[in-house]
Amino acid sequence: MKRYSAFAIAREAMRQHTGWDRAWAKPEPKKKYDVIIVGAGGHGLATAYFLGKNFGITNVAILEKGWLGGGNTGRNTTIIRSNYLQDPSAAIYEKSRSLYETMSQDLNYNVMFSPRGVIMLAQTQHEVRGYKRTAHANALQGVQTEWIDPARVKELCPIMNIDGPRYPVLGGLWQARGGTARHDAVAWGYARACSDMGMDVIQQCEVQGVRQKDGKVVGVDTTKGPIDCDKLGMVTAGHSGVMAQMAGFRLPIESVALQALVSEPIKPAMDIVVMANTVHGYLSQSDKGEMVIGGGTDGYNNYTQRGSFHHIEETVRALVETFPMLARLKMLRQWGGIVDVTGDRSPILSKTPVEGVFVNCGWGTGGFKAIPGSGWAMAELMAKGQSPLTDEFSMFRFREGKFIDESVAAGVAH
Amino acid sequence: MLILHCPCCGVDADETDLHAGGQAHLKREGPGSTDDDFEDYLFMRENPKGVHFERWRHAYGCGKWFLAARCTNTLEVFGTYPAQTLEPPQDIKDKITAKRPGWSWGNVQ
Ligand SMILES: Cc1cc2nc3c(=O)[nH]c(=O)nc-3n(C[C@H](O)[C@H](O)[C@H](O)COP(=O)(O)OP(=O)(O)OC[C@H]3O[C@@H](n4cnc5c(N)ncnc54)[C@H](O)[C@@H]3O)c2cc1C
Ligand SMILES: [Zn+2]
Repeated sequence: MKRYSAFAIAREAMRQHTGWDRAWAKPEPKKKYDVIIVGAGGHGLATAYFLGKNFGITNVAILEKGWLGGGNTGRNTTIIRSNYLQDPSAAIYEKSRSLYETMSQDLNYNVMFSPRGVIMLAQTQHEVRGYKRTAHANALQGVQTEWIDPARVKELCPIMNIDGPRYPVLGGLWQARGGTARHDAVAWGYARACSDMGMDVIQQCEVQGVRQKDGKVVGVDTTKGPIDCDKLGMVTAGHSGVMAQMAGFRLPIESVALQALVSEPIKPAMDIVVMANTVHGYLSQSDKGEMVIGGGTDGYNNYTQRGSFHHIEETVRALVETFPMLARLKMLRQWGGIVDVTGDRSPILSKTPVEGVFVNCGWGTGGFKAIPGSGWAMAELMAKGQSPLTDEFSMFRFREGKFIDESVAAGVAH
Repeated sequence: MLILHCPCCGVDADETDLHAGGQAHLKREGPGSTDDDFEDYLFMRENPKGVHFERWRHAYGCGKWFLAARCTNTLEVFGTYPAQTLEPPQDIKDKITAKRPGWSWGNVQ
């Protein structure tokens, strides 16, 4: 792999950019791999990457039914934070956030990580208490967050109207090293690194069946024919229920649509990320100048990747009170993704009833931020059969009553 | 927008008038049930890409609950029926079979 650098750009500028290589290879599947990962979203690719980097397992295929990052990884509003309440969440999300800090250097690929700071607004007394509690929990977990008063919120985000009347801003939970990153670049950067280690990233290859022998996985059936494997990682987000069905078990997951939209580009108006959970909206400004807006999920099972118009209306209507200038903006595009939601709003990284089959899903509305940490942990789980970061996230935690309840922190927003 | 016919009051209700209530035909477990059955009842859910049966409430209408058969992949509605039904009625199943031959949902076929 040729490294990207300022020098490489200069060199290519001198020769009409004729010297750039393909970023990743386009292989046909082999007959057998040590590990097959289903789903080339961020989590699947990161899992493969860390299998190679941390454990030297490189006889790996990543199978994707569509295109790289075409699932939720390329559809999200890219908010990165780690200010969760429960210890197991703080551990994996903070691991992830810290990996984002050096991801561009590690991958030699610019993922445009921008730790511009994230505020979660408190607009009801209930939220004030909740976020103060989270700030205390974070202090104990070693996650740097602080409770800030309304005047500081206004200073950080001058376009905000903090006076209400319906939902006055009462303060906020501020994480200065939270922020955003370029979502496609995360998928592309990992794909390039995986391909460089000799792994096969195979697009337009849908897994249609999981072959088993004596309760153990032996391979998969795909649109490009059968492929054998020793271990299988199912990392398919909204399609996890469908994958589980192929393997013959059920997951405590429901798939629903979550949508986002962007405005026309405007001059820089907001240089942080704001989440307003009471009114179900969150907002940041992209480098192109678009206001990136996300809302809540639809309440019913859905695989259409579309979402419904009235939800957009609800989101924008609610945000306009706190951000009056939004009322003047034209909205350019809207899209949806199918997110995989668990009962306690925490992910599943787990062994399954089928030996050799592992599952990584349930990230729901908020897994972009978790991509590197999840890949790190999932790779350890698959290579060693156990990882301290995934212990609490087993799919069997529900029957034990060991929930990791983040529904307050993450049920709505990201 | 999703439009469901409310079998209780007869209105064709818009999505904005309705409240989604999750999977239909859950079998409620109680004392004496096995751990597996309890786990199934409390946490496991059908999550099909295709034919699905759900509970809905006509929240901003008559306020009553009813059940609906829907395709989660196309958003097509196969029909709605009263909540006091233990399993999908035959006429609804026939309608689904006409459009999705070979379908199944949990133990229902
Ligand atoms: C509108 C929206 C906004 C969001 N905002 C945020 C945010 O601000 N911050 C945040 O942290 N998170 C956010 N999220 C959540 C985040 O996008 C997801 O949690 C994360 O991207 C999931 O990554 P993944 O790799 O698990 O799944 P995906 O990227 O969806 O990848 C799964 C892949 O599996 C493939 N696949 C499925 N079935 C098969 C099969 N049978 N064979 C082969 N391949 C298959 C799919 O095609 C897909 O590419 C948002 C999501 C949405 C939809
Ligand atoms: Zn009614």
